[in-house]
Amino acid sequence: MTHKTSSLISDESKADIDRWLQKYPADKKQSAVMAALRIVQDQNGGWLTPALIEAVAAYLDMEPIAVYEVASFYSMYEHKPVGKHHIKVCTNISCLLRGSDAVMAHLEKQLGIKKGQVTEDGLFSIKEVECLGACVNAPMMQIGRDYHEDLSPEKIDEILARLK
Amino acid sequence: MARIEIDGKTYEVEAGKTLIEITDAHGIEIPRFCYHKKLSVAASCRMCLVDVANAPKPLPACATPVWDGMKIQTRSPRAINAQKAVMEFLLINHPLDCPICDQGGECELQDVAVAYGKDRTRFIEEKRIVIDKNIGALISTAFTRCIHCTRCVRFGEEIAGVKELGATQRGDHMRIDTYMTDTVNSELSGNVIDLCPVGALTAKPSRFAARPWELHTAHGIAPHDAFGSHLEFHIRRNQVMRVVPRENVALNEVWLSDRDRFSYQGLYAQDRLTAPMIKKDGQWQTVDWESALLFAAEGLKKIPAKQLGGLASATATVEELYLLQKLLRGLGSNNIDHRLQQVDFSEKTTKAPFLNQRPADLAQADVVLLVCANLRKQQPLLNHRLRQAVLHNHAEVIRINVYDYPQNFPVSHNLTVAPHQLVATLAGIAKALDEAQPAFKNIEISEQQRAIAACLQKNNKKIKVLLGEAADNLPQLASIRTLTALIAKLTFATFSETGRYANSAGAILAGALPQQTLAGQAISGETGLNAQQMLSQSLQAYVLLGFEPELDSIMGATALQTLQNAPFVVAINGFCTEAMQGYANVLLPMALFAETSGTYVNNSGDWQRFTAAVAPVGSARPAWKILRVLANLLDVHDFAYTASDEILNEVKMLCETSAQTVEDSTWVLSAPQALCYLTEPAIYAGDALVRRATALQATADAQACHGAHVNQRTADKLRLSAGQQVKLSQNGGSAILPLVIDAALADDCVLVYTGLAESAGLAHDVGTIDLTAA
Amino acid sequence: MANQVCFKFKQHNQAESWTLAAYQALGGYKVIKKILNEKIAPETLIAELKTSALRGRGGAGFSTGLKWSFMLPRDEAARERMKGVQKYIVCNSDEGEPGTCKDRDILRYNPHALIEGMMIAGYTIGASKGYNYIRGEFWQPYQRFETAIAEAYKAGLLGENILNTGFDFDLYTHLGAGAYICGEETALLESIEGKKGQPRFKPPFPASYGLYGQPTTINNTETLSSVPSILANSGEWFLNLGKPNNGGEKLFSVSGHVERPANYEIPMGTPFADLLNMAGGVWQGRKLKAVIPGGSSTPVLKAEIAMKMNMDYDSIAAAGSMLGAGSVIIMDDSTDMVKTLARLAHFYYDESCGQCTPCREGTGWLTRILHRILHGEGRPEDLELLDNVSNQIMGNTICALGDAAAMPVISFIKNFREEFQYYIEHGRSMVG
Repeated sequence: MTHKTSSLISDESKADIDRWLQKYPADKKQSAVMAALRIVQDQNGGWLTPALIEAVAAYLDMEPIAVYEVASFYSMYEHKPVGKHHIKVCTNISCLLRGSDAVMAHLEKQLGIKKGQVTEDGLFSIKEVECLGACVNAPMMQIGRDYHEDLSPEKIDEILARLK
Repeated sequence: MARIEIDGKTYEVEAGKTLIEITDAHGIEIPRFCYHKKLSVAASCRMCLVDVANAPKPLPACATPVWDGMKIQTRSPRAINAQKAVMEFLLINHPLDCPICDQGGECELQDVAVAYGKDRTRFIEEKRIVIDKNIGALISTAFTRCIHCTRCVRFGEEIAGVKELGATQRGDHMRIDTYMTDTVNSELSGNVIDLCPVGALTAKPSRFAARPWELHTAHGIAPHDAFGSHLEFHIRRNQVMRVVPRENVALNEVWLSDRDRFSYQGLYAQDRLTAPMIKKDGQWQTVDWESALLFAAEGLKKIPAKQLGGLASATATVEELYLLQKLLRGLGSNNIDHRLQQVDFSEKTTKAPFLNQRPADLAQADVVLLVCANLRKQQPLLNHRLRQAVLHNHAEVIRINVYDYPQNFPVSHNLTVAPHQLVATLAGIAKALDEAQPAFKNIEISEQQRAIAACLQKNNKKIKVLLGEAADNLPQLASIRTLTALIAKLTFATFSETGRYANSAGAILAGALPQQTLAGQAISGETGLNAQQMLSQSLQAYVLLGFEPELDSIMGATALQTLQNAPFVVAINGFCTEAMQGYANVLLPMALFAETSGTYVNNSGDWQRFTAAVAPVGSARPAWKILRVLANLLDVHDFAYTASDEILNEVKMLCETSAQTVEDSTWVLSAPQALCYLTEPAIYAGDALVRRATALQATADAQACHGAHVNQRTADKLRLSAGQQVKLSQNGGSAILPLVIDAALADDCVLVYTGLAESAGLAHDVGTIDLTAA
Repeated sequence: MANQVCFKFKQHNQAESWTLAAYQALGGYKVIKKILNEKIAPETLIAELKTSALRGRGGAGFSTGLKWSFMLPRDEAARERMKGVQKYIVCNSDEGEPGTCKDRDILRYNPHALIEGMMIAGYTIGASKGYNYIRGEFWQPYQRFETAIAEAYKAGLLGENILNTGFDFDLYTHLGAGAYICGEETALLESIEGKKGQPRFKPPFPASYGLYGQPTTINNTETLSSVPSILANSGEWFLNLGKPNNGGEKLFSVSGHVERPANYEIPMGTPFADLLNMAGGVWQGRKLKAVIPGGSSTPVLKAEIAMKMNMDYDSIAAAGSMLGAGSVIIMDDSTDMVKTLARLAHFYYDESCGQCTPCREGTGWLTRILHRILHGEGRPEDLELLDNVSNQIMGNTICALGDAAAMPVISFIKNFREEFQYYIEHGRSMVG
């Protein structure tokens, strides 16, 4: 058995994880694994490394494989580097009906990358995602934590310009 | 009770049981993949869907409890349609590469597909491909064949007690995986091979070696730990191709430890002794049996009885051990022993190590005190029962040991102390239980000892006190045993001893001891020499049974030297090593595990008889036959056995009619040492067979046994660092080993595993050991 | 008159409708205070809910009163046994069904209604702890809700011995991380426990074995948020807002090809045509082609059928679909039904948890066939195969995701078969 440590987790992140731990019964530390993964992912610029997964396992007394099961199951955990601005474009039905194809095409054209890729300057990445629950404001996308709704090419350009 | 109807027939069944338990009990066939009677119910493969009246949709038999008045159809169109649907789904992405799959012919998917599958596919899309992964030396993977039943994952969580395999990703991408490059290291890992219903996890050591239909089976008893698992040999053309568990509700259930599963490889080691050999004029020559036995008898005849010693491994059968001691005693010598790992021989009587309960009783325990036990690695399936007590009965476990073995369940008190402190600790607990005893006058009781005593003093609770195999290797054995037994007595606990080897108990019952004969009866006349005495000063002659002194004896180099100095040595062994050729004069090839009939007595007290599953390699013969002829040639009386059963009957009759008297034992506190030398047989090197099983040697557990282990504080004190070559020396021997920092040790202790070539140069000396930079 | 959830839309015009002050200004927390002060019997509250005919707003439409009643001890022996047993109330804010975005607005604009609803639920079922599971993407709604919790704690409305009534109630948010399946209540519980969101097989049901193995009730956000106003007025009042067996008003998320896509809170039983009108009708003056009335999992309906139905559980069921979560997806006559279905099929393929064979394998098969058709490689027999595979998934899985994946396929092909046939024959869409 390898003894893995949680030293990669910053003090700030640990404090944040500890706040989540308080929400759950003391003997149910595993409940905080989703929050912990999100927190270390944020700490690492938006994606998880094996070392971070091991650190979370050590911090929460879990087997690394149990943490990895969770990390690989939920779609918001990234296992490859993403852009500083990670653009998640919904292409599900309500967005599709209102032009998400055009949104995606426009983004790809403006950023010069395809979905699943990161711009060379590391500023942007595009990911196609499932319904984000803003269907009455379709088409929409999420950049980082923010929703951008009722998109049009002009609106997308404005948003990108602000972020560049 | 509930009255239910299955396919039109009425059954009276226990309410609350699941439907599949009922149908299995009544021989009604329901296909399944994820369900396994010893694992939790996943209900996810959906193969066992059946038609239950008034249910809106088909229900999984594995997860549906029966209720009174329930009407089930297992073969109605709705049931069959559901089952066929699932079957089709399971097959669309399965590679159907049966011709090149090791599971072909014994594959659950194949079998069920014959009944429920179609002969052509409607799936024209590209099939899923999953990249394989090396997960260790024992299990071969072909993940593309996986049908996601998750039995292997549940096995890790629920039985092995360590989650090594997981189901990662989701949906169609879900796959069975270890974490990154991790291997599967559980001592029970091989069971996932049996559990896997397809060829996704197969046995690596026997990969591509044989087809199931070429194999026939034979029953056997596991030859390593004292638990005595039942197993089955799969044999092709007189060769054991693999070993699998044979179900036994009372012992191993459906499981088998990796050691018992893969040690058969040792049968076919390069150094198997296949023909009798004698050393004439310093030259070894292969001879026929008659010449060899005559040569041995001639040699032994010349020796005065007192100068004759017999040493045997406790992996020998009751019959073999009984005949060996009968032979020696017939020749007038009581110099016989099998306690090769022992250093403390101060006890006057030796009792067979028994659990004094069934393994299932241990699973019902409320409080368990484990002293010097490494159950997880040494008796994995006994440990499994204890783990059940912890998980399902919330048993409290107290562990006291000289090494903090990694455990797969929570422990409430965990003490790791140096051997001399062990006696003081046990005395403290005993005193806390009975302060009035004068013998404890000078004993101090610590808070923790008091807490442990309180833990053990519970009314109406099932208290178990268990003394493990690791005590054997300690110089304080007698004191530890006395105090542990006393604690058990004071707490009205069941006192158990685990023993170490497959026949630890049988060897004692068979009388392979210098001071007592069959069934523990004291010998008349002078006590013979014990193993330590026989191996420290040379006698004129020895008869060795399955014994490799430098590896099997705790005295290692000293033992080897002593035998080298002996004028005449008859080695009855399955193997032929350079060392043997150095000290022996006659080498008599014996049949090993699977090749011979005999009996082991396990720690549950079961006399487990087995027959030969294959003919011995070369011209090797069962040791009982070798000993019989030798006795005949030496004119020892009452050796006219024609079958091993006759020997067993003789032993059993005497065991049943005589009761052992046990003398009261005492205990003494021992003085601290500058550096305590601890030894333990390496997990996969504890006997001649397993140390030759190559796949096991490549496991993480085997690898962890290398080197000289000290904790960080001890290393610092000795100014040594991890990985550095260090020299261990005693007055008799030395070894150069890499230093391993091991947090599981107490301060001022060094642990070296025996049974390995690297440590064979050491000679156990309870006095001093030096550890310096090499 | 309007119910509790609705009044957030009244507040909508106010600044900061989500604050405690705004909520209390409109009578918020009066109900829980009354319940606690008067120690109203849980049975009484449940009876009122049953009268209201409030049904689960998350999609399953199960009677809320009945669900809560499962948490009450059946007899004295059970009451004795349950003493000291930790129970949980869990809110399902894992809104992810394509077409659905109503709970997000409740979290954003009326979080205190949910908090009060969860408190009432906690009191009624005997749970001193509650978790609200919010989908991970809803960061702003999550923050809004956390702020509301903090306000409530500060005001002594949450925590120990609330308002000196001896009632303890702690409320926490659990944040998801991207998995539609966690909207399934037992997958959601697994997720709170820090595991993959894989649904549990039932029985046992959460009422006996729920979060951490303890008795648990799980309700949807809108359901719980509706409770305070029902109890503030009466069950009868709520029932009369809607129609028998379909009590109250409900939020409908109208998305797709309409002029004014939005959430509309309307009485149950409102004609679909009226709702469509409220949303400004089909956009760009186009013709209505199809309607998915309850979220992507519910069967699609042809325009002429939809135009005749009313927006309530029974009427939509009679029309051949389901009210679901009230997520009305409008499709005009330019809609490529093959492409639309392919996208939906891909969604279920993407979101299948993977444990049950029919769903894991079947969703992959469906999406691959549709993908092939979309790329001009369809075969005539594919339509039957799609229908067949869907039917092989239906009813054969632990949770409803399998059914949810199958129903769109079956209904799209049934209602728009000629479009699929055309696509297979010509390798391109019949429309556009």
